[in-house]
Amino acid sequence: MNSPKLNPTQPTFLPSHVVKDDEPALVGAAKAGDIQAFETLVSRYERKIFRLTQNITQNREDAEDAMQEAFLKAYEHLGDFQGNSRFYTWLVRIAVNQALMKLRRRRNNIVSLDEEVDTGEDTMPREVEDWGPSPEERYQQSELGDILSKVIGELDPAFRIVFQLRDIEQLSTEETAEALGLSVPAVKSRLLRARLKLRHNLNHYFRRGATT
Amino acid sequence: MKCKDIVKELADYLDEDLDSSLRASIEEHLGKCKDCRLVVDTTKQTIQIYCNSEPAPLPAETRVKLHDALAKRLHHQV
Ligand SMILES: [Zn+2]
Repeated sequence: MNSPKLNPTQPTFLPSHVVKDDEPALVGAAKAGDIQAFETLVSRYERKIFRLTQNITQNREDAEDAMQEAFLKAYEHLGDFQGNSRFYTWLVRIAVNQALMKLRRRRNNIVSLDEEVDTGEDTMPREVEDWGPSPEERYQQSELGDILSKVIGELDPAFRIVFQLRDIEQLSTEETAEALGLSVPAVKSRLLRARLKLRHNLNHYFRRGATT
Repeated sequence: MKCKDIVKELADYLDEDLDSSLRASIEEHLGKCKDCRLVVDTTKQTIQIYCNSEPAPLPAETRVKLHDALAKRLHHQV
């Protein structure tokens, strides 16, 4: 196969960009009461956390509130952070909880992530076309960002959130299962569903010959 | 291996969580079957595009709101 090498379990992107070497030192300083250190951590992760809460809640005001509450909660509970996971992973879990609370409130409790969802009979899609020139080259960065958030927003929350944690935030399958109170097989089947559905919907924009 | 077997193993294949013989038979099928190959390639691209996408900067007023709230909490405790 000539496709680019991809290994979602060992991302090359995240560690270099997100987990900077000074993270443990900053966390340690913040724990010891260094406000500046905590603010540095917030500034480092606010964009990613806001994208996360937006993708989950699909509501700007809820996303802002959930992000704010997540950072405040993280600050209050810094003492509980043991350092046996990455700080970012710990922060993501707090933010997911805050965002899910908002989503459930707005949807009158109809969103239950752990209930059985019909993941359907998986069949190999047939109407396939090559994606030709690389979408990253074809669209401007902001335009591409709009397409990506629109398409993920169309997914059912049960699938959207699993994809968000596994493939965007790069949590492991086990971490995702734990954060959402799901079994590992449930995470795996929802993730595949989400990936295939996103692929299908992105096809509209990225297939060779699609009008931009 | 048939097309319908590929989709069964696709989740683990994408996560590189398969033993080498199963992986080899999937790749053998992908070498022969253009439809499956395109699905696998564009699904990988989907994951890659999302994984590599940079989050947009916070809208200015959102950032002000956040940092005001933090400053209030952080600087006002004894
Ligand atoms: Zn096939």
